[in-house]
Parts: sequence; C-alpha cells; structure tokens
Amino acid sequence: MKALRKLLDKQKPHFEKGGRFEKFHTAFDSVETLLFVPDKVTFSGSHIRDSIDMKRTMIVVFISLIPALLFGMWNIGNQHFLSLGQVPELWTAFFYGFLKMLPIIIVSYAVGLGIEIVFAQIKGHEVNEGFFVSGLLIPMIVPPETPLWQVAIAVAFAVVFGKEVFGGTGMNIVNPALTARAFLFFAYPADMSGDKVWIADKLDAYSGATPLGNALVGNFDQIPSTYDMFMGFIPGSNGETSVLMILIGAAILLATGIGNWRIMLSVVVGGIVMGLLFNWWGANQYMELPFYNHLIMGGFAFGAVFMATDPVTATQTKNGMYIYGFLIGAIAILIRVFNPAYPEGVMLSILLMNVFAPLIDHYVIESNIKKRLKRIKVLVSN
Amino acid sequence: MQEIFNIFIKSIFIDNMIFAYFLGMCSYLAVSKTVKTSVGLGAAVIFVLGITVPVDYMLNEYILKAGALAWLDASFADVDLSFLSFIMFIAIIASMVQLVEMIVEKFSPSLYSSLGIFLPLIAVNCAILGGSLFMQEREYQSLAQATSFGIGSGVGWFLAIVGIAAIREKIRYSDVPAPLRGLGITFIITGLMGIAFMSFLGIKL
Repeated sequence: MKALRKLLDKQKPHFEKGGRFEKFHTAFDSVETLLFVPDKVTFSGSHIRDSIDMKRTMIVVFISLIPALLFGMWNIGNQHFLSLGQVPELWTAFFYGFLKMLPIIIVSYAVGLGIEIVFAQIKGHEVNEGFFVSGLLIPMIVPPETPLWQVAIAVAFAVVFGKEVFGGTGMNIVNPALTARAFLFFAYPADMSGDKVWIADKLDAYSGATPLGNALVGNFDQIPSTYDMFMGFIPGSNGETSVLMILIGAAILLATGIGNWRIMLSVVVGGIVMGLLFNWWGANQYMELPFYNHLIMGGFAFGAVFMATDPVTATQTKNGMYIYGFLIGAIAILIRVFNPAYPEGVMLSILLMNVFAPLIDHYVIESNIKKRLKRIKVLVSN
Repeated sequence: MQEIFNIFIKSIFIDNMIFAYFLGMCSYLAVSKTVKTSVGLGAAVIFVLGITVPVDYMLNEYILKAGALAWLDASFADVDLSFLSFIMFIAIIASMVQLVEMIVEKFSPSLYSSLGIFLPLIAVNCAILGGSLFMQEREYQSLAQATSFGIGSGVGWFLAIVGIAAIREKIRYSDVPAPLRGLGITFIITGLMGIAFMSFLGIKL
C-alpha cells in the first residue's frame, strides 16, 4: 500500500497545474480517489459537512450487494453441477461461479469506468463514483453465460445513452443497470430470452428453466418449494435468486438510511395487492399462484431493494414514492401474468416507472401548491 | 364489451402511437417543453381522435368501402371509392381541428396562445390521420370499437407527451452536452421511453 502511495505521490506533480500531463488530471484523480481517501480540504468560507458523501453512499450500497453476490456465485456453480447430476462441495461450486462471474465483472467495470473517464476528460470535471454500483449491478442481472462482448456493448450503451448524455451521475432519468439489461434483452433476444440461459454449461437434455419460466409455460408442478425459492436454491441470475441474502442487503440499506423504505414497502404492497387480485380473479392457473410466491420468484425482491430505490431515477417527493413503488409492484406482476413474451416483468416495470417518475413528482408538487394556496386563502379570508 | 375494453387498453399501451409507431412526432417534439401546454395539446389530440375516428369509420363503412354504397341502390354494389379515403379523412380531420381551435380559443385563450401554430397543425398530425387509416386497415367491427380505438390512441399519445414534458422539465438544469441540447436529447429520451414501453409488447388481448 505504501509503495502505491509513493508511486502516486511521485506522479502527482505531472498532473497538477503546469505539469506535463495537466490535461489528464481527471483520469489521475479518479484512480487516486479510488485507491485512497482524498486529502482535499476546503480553504474558504464555512461549509456544513455531513459524513455522508457520494463515495460513502455508494460503498454502503456496494456492501449490501455483497451477500447476494457471493451467494449467487455459489448458486451458479451449484446449479451447474446439479445439472450434470453431481453434488458439489461448497468451495468447488463457489469457485466455479466465481470464475464465471469474474470476467463479466471485470469487463463491466473496465468498459464503464473507461467511458466515464473519457467523458470526464472531455468535459473537464472529476470522475465520480456513479458507476461504482451500476458496474456491479450489471453482472448480477445478466445470465452467467453472456458473451463478454455483449456485456461490453450493453454497458457502453447504458453508460453513454443512459447516463452521460444527460450530464453524468445524478442527472440520468433511467437506471443505467436496467438500461443495460433491457438493451441486451432486446438487442440479442436469441442469446438472452428463452428461459434456459440461466445455468452455465449445462447438459442439453437438462431443462434449466427458472420458476418464472416454468410458470409461464404452465409447468406449475415443477415450481420449487417456497422454501427453496426463498433461500435461493433455484436457477436464475446471479443476484436475484436468494431472497434471504437480498433481505440482508435491504437491512443494511435501511439501517444506514440509504435505501428508501417508502419505495421498498410500496413495491411489496403493490405486488401483494396485484397478486391477491389475480388470486381472487383466478381465470387461469398462473393467476392462482399464491401471491407470496410472486414476491420471492424472479427478480422481484432484487428489483424492489436495489433497483427501484435508486435515488436518482425514483420519484423525489414522499407521496410520489408511494405511487411510484405501488405501480412498480403492480405492473411487474401484471406483465408476468399477462405478457407471454416476457417471463419476468420487474425490470421493465421499473424502467417504465422511471420514465414516468418526473410526471408523478410534477403532479404531487402541483397538488401541494394547490393545498397550500387554499390554506392561505382560508387564512386571508378569516 | 370485453373486446371494446381490450381495444382501448391495447391502443394506449401496446400499439402506442408514439412508442410503437412513432407517429405524430412533430408536435410531440415541439410542444413538450412544459407539462402544462402538453396537457393542453394532448387533450386536444384525444378530442380530435375521439371524434374523427368514429366519423371516418361511418364514412368508410357507408361510402368508401368496396360495395359500401349498396344501401343506396343495388346497382352501386360494385363501386369502390376507397381511393378517396385519404382526401375524405383529411377533410374530416381538418374540420374537426377547426372546431377544436374555436373551442380552445373561446375557453382558454392562454392555452391557445401557448400552443400557437401547433393547434391548427394537429390537422396534419400523422397520429390523427394514422388513427383513421389504422381503423380502416384493422377493419374494426362496430362504431363502438372504432370510438374506443380513437380515444385509446389519443390517451396513449397524451401519456407520451405528458411523460416526456415532465422529463424535459426535470432535465432543464442537467449538464447535457452542447450539441445534444434541445431536440437531440429529446430524441434520445424518446428512444429510452420506447424501450420502457416495450414491456407491453407481446401482451395478447
């Protein structure tokens, strides 16, 4: 560590004003802040300082993702060996999944950060930590067998068109990680859809359909038990399978106050209400699927905890959050049950509500203004 | 009844005029700067579509379609006037837009002035003519179906323009790269919204 610090200190003068590589100081800066705590202090005026800044926020989200990530690695290995008819050791399975995930994570970070640095360079601002979480979310929601070039293209699309054209972190209107996933889904349907893509290197004869895939084609007897789905011993993308691990992440997010409980709660309520509505309707077998199963199948929990609560793309007003979350939950279940083209609806319903979040905010604010004007009028007339 | 409702939902979400067919883009791009004016224009489009599609349906059913004139006299049974449909539809649309213009000017002069040229331009809005032509092409069975299709398409267009107007209000202070400011970024947003609306693609009603 010390040697690294020394190396950076030695190179630093070149990147400062008047140095040889002055132009590239943003790139240097990003590497430095990634590795060490910056020693910048403010010189003039008084500032109100909170211990929370973007870096810390992002690191908390990152930590809360770790349980789901590690479990997902094990699960990828486990499902792979199960599909071959073997029962693997804990570490064999984990190591297999780790080797599957590592290249995707590296590509995702390398491409995303590379583009961020180029943009920061051109625009002359500092590289910020915006991609830190997205870069981990993307590998967690793509199939483990995704070709790396597809990952690279999707990440590039998401970072450029989902984020940088709007002015970078904090300005985007759709969640970059979900944009990448949706891009993959629509651009390479042959590799992405079908529901057999979730198990790495399986035997051809072995059907690796996820619970949602089975539900969609009507194999209701093949849906695993509620316990298995809750614990996550099922095929699926890296991050989404284990509701237990996601709940640990949610607990970290809620305890630190970084995740928004209003959105999480209302997504779950939306899902439950829609599920109950379908249970009551019961027009076909899918509708009769118990509502609590919907909450633990597929990416519902993952989306509710990590995707819907993205503070940039969600609604900003408190009342707006309830509406936003509720609609996400409800539309997700609606798409699952009604749309034969997609087995999973959470990703698309969050994207859809991302798009309408500013509108919800607009009307919540308008109604607040109206309420207050009315209050003033009453006061004045008295 | 079920069928009418299905057509309504379908034309709002699945066959959305903007995100599925990219029709009516000119006023969609030009007027979507603030939510308030776009609500006005969206309402005008709902109104015009809601009237012109059923009127054009009647026109198509009783005058233009091959053999439609048979109700006049049996000797007209082999007359096919469908080559006239474009000009007839446009005439109906133009007169309806004239009506809307007068109504808006009377009841909301401020909206009238903020919509400016785009209000009369609804007459050549592709979404409106598209509505009538889709109605003809898809051969709806009854007047009620055509009406629900017209109103549904209008509501879909309304949702699209109001949604993008809110986004454009939100990104007003964003640091968008200079060459993309204005229309460029609006096109990109429209594309992203289109991806989001693909969630409904494939639902069979």
